[in-house]
Amino acid sequence: MQTKLSVSHLFKIFGGNISATLQLLREGKSKQEILAATGATVGVQDASFQVEEGEIFVVMGLSGSGKSTLVRMLNGLITPSAGQILIDGEDVAQADKAALRRIRRQKISMIFQHFALFPHWTVADNVAYGLKVRGVPPAQRRARALEVLEQVGLAPWADSLPSDLSGGMQQRVGLARGLAAEPDILLMDEPFGALDPLIRREMQMELLNLQKTLKKTIVFITHDLNEALLLGGRIAIMKDGRIVQTGTAQEIVTAPADDYVAAFVADIDRGRVFTADDVCSAPVTIPLQGTSVRDALRIMEQGGAHALYVMEGERVAGVVTYRDLAASELEGGAAPTTLQQAMITEFPTASAGTSLHDLYGPAGAGLPIAVTDDRDRLLAVVQPGDVLAHLSGDAAPADAAAPAPITEETDDQPR
Amino acid sequence: MISPADLATLPFDDWVNAFVRGWLVPNFRPTFRAAQVPISTVLGWLDTFFRFVPMIVMTAAFAAAAWKTAGRGMAIFTLLGFAFIDMIGLWNDTMTTLAMIVTSVLFCAVMGIPAGILAARSDTVWRIMRPVLDIMQTIPSFVYLVPIVMLFGVGMAPGIIATIVFALPPVVRLTNLGIRNVRGDLIEAAEAFGSTGWQMLWDLQLPLALRTIMAGLNQTLMLALSMVVIAALIGAGGLGLVVNTGLGRLDVGGATAGGVGIVILAIVLDRITQGLAERTNVGKLSLGQALANLFRLRGSSAAAETKKAG
Repeated sequence: MQTKLSVSHLFKIFGGNISATLQLLREGKSKQEILAATGATVGVQDASFQVEEGEIFVVMGLSGSGKSTLVRMLNGLITPSAGQILIDGEDVAQADKAALRRIRRQKISMIFQHFALFPHWTVADNVAYGLKVRGVPPAQRRARALEVLEQVGLAPWADSLPSDLSGGMQQRVGLARGLAAEPDILLMDEPFGALDPLIRREMQMELLNLQKTLKKTIVFITHDLNEALLLGGRIAIMKDGRIVQTGTAQEIVTAPADDYVAAFVADIDRGRVFTADDVCSAPVTIPLQGTSVRDALRIMEQGGAHALYVMEGERVAGVVTYRDLAASELEGGAAPTTLQQAMITEFPTASAGTSLHDLYGPAGAGLPIAVTDDRDRLLAVVQPGDVLAHLSGDAAPADAAAPAPITEETDDQPR
Repeated sequence: MISPADLATLPFDDWVNAFVRGWLVPNFRPTFRAAQVPISTVLGWLDTFFRFVPMIVMTAAFAAAAWKTAGRGMAIFTLLGFAFIDMIGLWNDTMTTLAMIVTSVLFCAVMGIPAGILAARSDTVWRIMRPVLDIMQTIPSFVYLVPIVMLFGVGMAPGIIATIVFALPPVVRLTNLGIRNVRGDLIEAAEAFGSTGWQMLWDLQLPLALRTIMAGLNQTLMLALSMVVIAALIGAGGLGLVVNTGLGRLDVGGATAGGVGIVILAIVLDRITQGLAERTNVGKLSLGQALANLFRLRGSSAAAETKKAG
């Protein structure tokens, strides 16, 4: 991974004496004290972060936290008071007007909260705007516009006016306009903030889908922590112009840097942040051949487990539960049942990246969920109880309660 | 009671006299006379053209334009009104007045729209321009008639210059307003995609301000019509002259006839331009087309009008 965008010690001060204010900030004065003393408003203070190529970097903060100011400094719409913004080694903070124009035309596109589509132009003309500014001939830019509109599913509306489209569709046009110029970096300023919740969800999914193929470097601004946690590879949380914590979704939820972040993450949907990987435990398995029902019952009694996965070589054959085996033992009498007969072959599976949210359903069946890799090999299991326990936020680590693994395959387990 | 006049009296009128007669007129008269050449040239062409086009053709063109922009009722009014003007024997005077109005509005647009754009781009320019526009609108027109005569002489062109002074402010003000009212996020978007100032002006600001600019031009047109009689005092002809002559001879009938002619012309022009401004639907019409329509309709080419109406 290569660093695409590197921001270091970035400040923005509105009004007042900039150097005096910077001095006060260094002395550790708060935003309010500085406003009272100098009349200057601190927009962003000492922001530093790096965005890797192809990453979605989310900046999260409430209104007034300076996140919009921060993103506008990245493409020079707002001139920083101090600090450095390097894009491919070129400092945006020091760029003159012509250089800024070149960077904006070739490297950075922006997508706006209220779409900012030109009402007097058709959708296709709007999408081609970045190309028009660059001086691309009309036929070529229309072709490119149609191509991008196809990508966002709006090709049939190429010749409509933006006012004919719904909010969600308008923002797709905004997205297409951002993509048409083929920039390396997309700045998205609360792009889904003005959409209603269902459409917002749809757009988030679509963005993630597009990102799989486009692999743009995205700086995404939002005030919605759930959105941040869903989209962000890494998230920076801002408060009063300062970045208070940077980290992955899991890092932020499990180890909030301060009370402010903790209060934020208190009521988030943990089911969307954590994945099967966070709650799974090492699987207890038994081979299908050569294990009798009695052995299986004994192993479960020893480990305190309700169910065991039955392996046939490398492959998972099925799952047996204590209840079924015990019942068959009682009824069986003369003809002893085999594991094969008592085995449930319709067992729930998930991948390590499946969110807890999507495990609710499978967990409802009461069987441990098999976590498999892309070659269907069993990596771990998720106990149904652990899914719910983890959602409450104070669950004991899943591993502690797990019984010791008893098969040899456990040396390549993920945890 | 003591009053400031006891302490000192200022010979303000002498100062102005000294400035205008002693400095401006002797030094700059040729410059000013030369400056009116474009105005008198355009006016000459338009006047010749309007008088040359037969009354029937002209009326048909205006009625068609009125139909297209303001509806059938206005078209019928135009037909009857123009017929009435012709029947009271004022057709040629009306065409002269029309030529003057079109010339004034043309020059107001050529000067006022760029001035408005400048004012919208810079707060400093607007701070300087605003009091100037206030003065232009509030100073009684009789005050500047005298220096205009001294500098430019008498005749049609000086009359148009007086009209321009009076009618220019609305188009400047509304151009400024229209451009400043373009949504901030659109400007930001244009900037974020790296557009230059000109690109932003042409792609975004002018088209979106067009409706407001058209309203300004309509106001300018109306103010220009209201100056017709006053401009006639310094030698501009047309319907204003008819009214003035009537006034001088206490000929109530003659003055009323001229007045009615001005009113009919005013109503027709106002409705047509208002209709145009309303139809200037952002999105359907590019800036170039809209301006072209505007000026074409004002009558530089009757053929184009009929084509447009058809």
